[in-house]
Amino acid sequence: MDPYALKTLNAERRARRAAILVTDLGDGRDRIVREGDQVAGELGQAIAKAFRSGSSGSVEAEGRTFFLNAHLPQPRLMVIGAVHISQALAPMAKIAGYPVEIVDPRTAFATPDRFPDVALHAEWPEDVLKRQPLDSYTALAAVTHDPKIDDFALKAALDANCFYVGALGSRKTHAKRVERLLALGASADQIARIHAPIGLDIGAASPAEIAVAILAQTIHAFRSRGLEAKGAAA
Amino acid sequence: MDNSIYLDEARDPLIIAEGWMKDGKDVAIATVVETWGSAPRPVGSHLVIDAEGNFHGSVSGGCVEGAVVSEAIDVIDSGKAKMLEFGVADETAWQVGLSCGGRIKVYVERLG
Repeated sequence: MDPYALKTLNAERRARRAAILVTDLGDGRDRIVREGDQVAGELGQAIAKAFRSGSSGSVEAEGRTFFLNAHLPQPRLMVIGAVHISQALAPMAKIAGYPVEIVDPRTAFATPDRFPDVALHAEWPEDVLKRQPLDSYTALAAVTHDPKIDDFALKAALDANCFYVGALGSRKTHAKRVERLLALGASADQIARIHAPIGLDIGAASPAEIAVAILAQTIHAFRSRGLEAKGAAA
Repeated sequence: MDNSIYLDEARDPLIIAEGWMKDGKDVAIATVVETWGSAPRPVGSHLVIDAEGNFHGSVSGGCVEGAVVSEAIDVIDSGKAKMLEFGVADETAWQVGLSCGGRIKVYVERLG
């Protein structure tokens, strides 16, 4: 392995950015491909697939055998609001492989008693996100219903290009939210990325069912990363 | 399930390999490149080895690491990468096998 490739790879992994180490198994030469780098042909297609699935493996291309080692950051779910939905969402998302952190400055809601075994921050999103910035491998679900708590986090999630941004509330509530986010400086394209009303339309009624709808939408957003952009370009 | 969102730097094989390199050590990196049947470690897993035979990480559940380490020391000496294959069918060739019945292919290369 090229020492420079190893250094680059570790730097990307530390920064929670996706990278693939491409090794030619014939001559041992290797290089790092970052998400978004253009690679032509069959190899490029295999690389794009590996970025989406996170699966490593060998691929035959251009008469050679390459090994693609996909290093994707662990996706995570940041939930704004220590509410009834979050109580169901946290354990479900953890089982599905999306560790959860919950942020809610209302100390009556954010209690360890209500949220055992969950990373819980009884603080304002402004303070938590300063310490632990959002990134493109983070999903953000804002479920407090309270603009004072949700809005800052939603704007931060759009700016950080979170792979999923969802906000609880009816269409009417969301229309008012759109006005506020525009006033905060978010663009119309950014705001269009928000899933609102939140969750896949499965007719969810109870808090736990809404949690299932949010988790399913999060997984769909994660596994179709990059596909929307391609669809728009075509 | 390892659900940590940050790297566990003290146990991460690739971070350790980079540290060894900075310390001026000769290092080999072994990578699982293919698995068949029930294999204990997924494709992409790493074992890193220095010239004294110290190692971190894993390519199996501890079944074949010893053999990979000794091959890795050859690879460090020669600089020539090797493809190793382990499994129940290879017992006579390697004198080691995966008791789980799986088969794995491990690519061993020198760092630098």
